[in-house]
Amino acid sequence: MVGIRIVKRQAPLGFWGACLVLFSALLLSLLLSGVLLFLGGTPPIKGIITLFQGAFCSRWALEDSVLKAIPIFLCSLGVAVAFRLKIWNIGAEGQFALGAVGATWVALTFPDWPKFVLLPAMICMAMVAGGAWGFIPALLRQRLKTNEIIVTLMLNYIAILFLDYLVYGVWKDPTSFGFPMTPSFSDQAIVGKIGSSTINWGLAHCLVLGVLVWGFFKYTRIGFEVKAAGDSVRAAKYAGLPYDRLVILVMVMSGALAGWAGFLEASATVNRLQPSIMVGYGYTAIVVAWLARLNPLGIGVASILLAGLRVGVENLQLDLQVPAAFGGILEGLILLTVLAGGFFTYYRFERRKKR
Amino acid sequence: MSPEIIIPLLAAAVQSGTPILYATLGEIFTEKSGVLNLGVEGAMIIGALTGFLVSRYTGSPALGFLAAGVAGSLATALHGIVCLWFLGNQVVSGLALTILGAGLANYIGTPFVGLSAPGFSPFAVPFLSSIPFLGPVFFQHDILVYVSYCIPVVMVLFLTRTRFGLSLRAAGEYPAAATATGLNVIAYRWLGIVGGGFFMGLGGAYLSLAYTHLWTTNLTAGRGWIAVALVIFAFWRPGRAVFGAYLFGGIMALQLRMQASGTQISSSILLMLPYALTVFVLVLSSWRKGTSEEPAALGVNVEPTE
Repeated sequence: MVGIRIVKRQAPLGFWGACLVLFSALLLSLLLSGVLLFLGGTPPIKGIITLFQGAFCSRWALEDSVLKAIPIFLCSLGVAVAFRLKIWNIGAEGQFALGAVGATWVALTFPDWPKFVLLPAMICMAMVAGGAWGFIPALLRQRLKTNEIIVTLMLNYIAILFLDYLVYGVWKDPTSFGFPMTPSFSDQAIVGKIGSSTINWGLAHCLVLGVLVWGFFKYTRIGFEVKAAGDSVRAAKYAGLPYDRLVILVMVMSGALAGWAGFLEASATVNRLQPSIMVGYGYTAIVVAWLARLNPLGIGVASILLAGLRVGVENLQLDLQVPAAFGGILEGLILLTVLAGGFFTYYRFERRKKR
Repeated sequence: MSPEIIIPLLAAAVQSGTPILYATLGEIFTEKSGVLNLGVEGAMIIGALTGFLVSRYTGSPALGFLAAGVAGSLATALHGIVCLWFLGNQVVSGLALTILGAGLANYIGTPFVGLSAPGFSPFAVPFLSSIPFLGPVFFQHDILVYVSYCIPVVMVLFLTRTRFGLSLRAAGEYPAAATATGLNVIAYRWLGIVGGGFFMGLGGAYLSLAYTHLWTTNLTAGRGWIAVALVIFAFWRPGRAVFGAYLFGGIMALQLRMQASGTQISSSILLMLPYALTVFVLVLSSWRKGTSEEPAALGVNVEPTE
């Protein structure tokens, strides 16, 4: 009988092998989504080409992709810090919302401060607000062993509704003809654009923060402790690592990074606070973090890819009338196939010979 | 409060609690086999759409309801493929299922937004519905509510009194020992995933076929996640799940009534209530553990033997 059996690898799959698996997983998810396009009555090959053209094949498209990659990158960086310790922070979306709220509060309360004071103050407030939203589930987990997955998720819903409450109510711009949005920020509260491009200086923030997080894990003692404790909780506790404090630390860091992303989205992208900034970057960030295996450089590449898919789906919607929800299908399929592909890191298939 | 207010409120609590109850029972069934499925929300929304479409095109809500269960099973089977065959991380795979399910349902459902389908209507159970207080609260609903009364009993009997049920729990408690005694742990985990997914699909169909009778985007609105939390609140016991589901049904019904009554409180704040209650309930149940029946090997994959 010819069959297939599973064999454990002698050594984990190397870098190029892993790249091949990742590439195959992405290809498989594109193939499956092509089938769905076909079933929905869209020519699949034309659809996929439109998707990628819309994402990367013009200056405007590329700039838009980078623009969307900025918040995704920062949220994903935060998510990755928590995932390193195997703390499941699903709450980037809510931490992002609170960061935007915090920054907006500073921008609306002190609009006349000079730029070099106002922007740092907004960033600080965004980090405090986002960090606090990460601190709550961490504290509950540490004190009561409450499941952080569900708490962070519920806090997402609450944060988004809180943002709605503010922009539909107390912060609503009286001159907005009933639209839910705050007044536009003063010039000092706006992060500007780089040269003549549409990309804002948030890109530079991403580079700096990315290097800082990379250095945190590579060179600091605490970063090393987080990695060690993430690999084995029991070993870490046995070695006397302050596991509980690490949990709080990574969740606050995670929330602060997502909060920073919220600050950039409010200040640089829409120049005010409005509900339309909540488009699910916090969830895309989880796909990105997993795709990049929590590596900061990989997160950079993957966030441009996933941001590009978002821009491409908008193009697909305009050109071929494909519903916007197609983006969710793509992200879900990518995450599922990449997860399944992880299997080949430690195992391989072997053909069973005739007996 | 007078009975004229409290009885309709409690009846509404039972009705809005029913989809959550179906989903919670499904997740309990899955988790009992040792698999953590965070994709409840995704399986529910796919069930909701399938139920709606089948009922709309066949004219039979009963067929739609069953088809929704099957669709829920198929959706969660993806979780099975990733976690049981390819040993993927169960937390992340469940999230992926939620993202994919919402995407699929909105992708297919976009042309149907605002359209209606034949659904279930309430009917009073003879004799039982005339019991004072209990009658109007529990026995003047649609058939799906009555079906949901039976499931916890059947599930407890299945899990504690049948060989299949005991084996399923063994797969969740101590898979290595179960394998050593000759049980096919993977097969029982498949049963847990697909069986649980069936109930999640039914819960979704309740929303589109009995609760609203029409299709809207984001119909589930986090109920799948509330179900995941309720499993912990229920200490993995079907009986306690009933209590938890109606508690949430109650808060949702109350919040709708308060909005309709034109209160000064902002609707955003009122909409927060179920989510805040979820956190509160989780904190409460982690306060006093002890009687919990959490499966010991929950979320741990079983590695293939050579």
